[in-house]
Amino acid sequence: MTDTLLQTKNLQAWYGESHILHGIEFSVPKGQIVTLLGRNGAGKTTTLRSIMGLVKNRTGSVVHEGTETIKLASNQIAKRGIAYCPEERGIFSSLNVKENLQLPPVIADGGMSEERVYELFPILKTRGNSQGTKLSGGEQQMLAIARILRTGAQLLLLDEPTEGLAPVIVQQIGEIIKRLKDEGFTILLVEQNFRFAERMGDVHYVIEHGEVVDRFERAEIANNREKITGYLGV
Amino acid sequence: MDFLGVPFPVFAGQLLIGLINGAFYAVLSLGLALIFGLLNIVNFAHGALYMVGAFVAFLLLDILGIGYWPALLLSPIIVGLFGMVIERFLLRPIADLDHLYGLLLTFGLALLIEGFFRQMYGVSGETYAIPSILQGGFNLGFMFLPTYRAWVIVAAIIVCGATWFLIEQTRLGATMRAAVENADLVRAFGVNVPLLVTLTYGLGVALAAFAGVLAAPIYSVNPLMGSNIIIVVFAIVVIGGLGSIKGAIISGFLLGLCEGLTRVYYPEASNIVIFVVMAIVLVVRPAGLFGKTA
Repeated sequence: MTDTLLQTKNLQAWYGESHILHGIEFSVPKGQIVTLLGRNGAGKTTTLRSIMGLVKNRTGSVVHEGTETIKLASNQIAKRGIAYCPEERGIFSSLNVKENLQLPPVIADGGMSEERVYELFPILKTRGNSQGTKLSGGEQQMLAIARILRTGAQLLLLDEPTEGLAPVIVQQIGEIIKRLKDEGFTILLVEQNFRFAERMGDVHYVIEHGEVVDRFERAEIANNREKITGYLGV
Repeated sequence: MDFLGVPFPVFAGQLLIGLINGAFYAVLSLGLALIFGLLNIVNFAHGALYMVGAFVAFLLLDILGIGYWPALLLSPIIVGLFGMVIERFLLRPIADLDHLYGLLLTFGLALLIEGFFRQMYGVSGETYAIPSILQGGFNLGFMFLPTYRAWVIVAAIIVCGATWFLIEQTRLGATMRAAVENADLVRAFGVNVPLLVTLTYGLGVALAAFAGVLAAPIYSVNPLMGSNIIIVVFAIVVIGGLGSIKGAIISGFLLGLCEGLTRVYYPEASNIVIFVVMAIVLVVRPAGLFGKTA
């Protein structure tokens, strides 16, 4: 039996008057890649932001390694070992590549050394003094992932890491994510690109209108492809 | 000997006065820019806190016999801590409201602080002696350079340089700059951004207090000394670019010099020249000389 690293129950979230999440429930087993699939506006990003404490108005339960985190501030959640890579990548324009990389504080032992990060992302080493936002989209995505690997966090929340990237870069990002899994990281991946997500994920949850409407193990994908593409409108 | 149509000693003297004013402008506008950058608050209490810095130095000497040099360190610490209390208990609760509320709150605070010191000490001002080691001056041949005024310029350059180094060259500074851009994400990386904001406000206020201690021996320690200078400092921050550290420092010194030179060639305009420059900058480059355009 696999240990559960993160579990949400009846997770609800609001932006102002808008009720976005209507009781999201799923679990993330340790060492696996779990994907959240769904159309635009389904509530995938809000789910990640709620787990990370970035949505102020949220209720329900988010349990990380047996501890309830729903009432914690986002910096306290991060210090528990959860790292977040946002959809828009969040590269800081006033910081160069090296400063962006070193920005997140180390919160636990076992984070990657800078040398190891550069080994995974060699392009970043050559761009250390460049302004972060002057990098290409693919390089920015690599930087966004690289900087959370230094922190020692073991659960990575990746929000659409392939969005807007060329196929060859998508393939590179995919290889890196698989490598991270092999090294023991647990990954919660939000994706709209189903072809990418199905190659990555061990478990897939489909979200519609702020609710989980279906769940598939990797082995179940082949028999349910039509159903899933129907959910996603692809 | 004439220089550009005026006797050189007159020219150099006004240039020196401009540089001294510029030193105060630079330190004060640097504090304001720091606070605006991270909190997005136009800190109207800045002038009052500059005045409090001068008064703390005066009171340390008057009551405890603590002289200028310890006061140069103690006053910024005391006023900085007071600033942190203001941020934590008055500004943080309204942080999510429109920034106009912050402006109004700090304006009210400025009136309160100033009113308190007026009530206690009147408006005639208190004298604060120049420390013995900085008394006297140098005869440069064409003019007499008072040692204390030279020290003010040097001290301002050192403090501005150190603050620039902190913000631009250290990890703490990088975190502060990142928090200016996207505070939520920096917090999601595990950084205690509310504490960072409190410390930044404290640092900005400490800079104002430092300028107040520097000013104490030159101007009388007076409850109105902050309100006399703060509008000019706001104009300098706007000219430099709201929130720009480099802009605040360079504009502070340059506009002090500009004011001094105007006093040589067209004295009637010396009190308004900074506002004229501000108007021109706002028309030509609304983000300021060193501000980032949207």
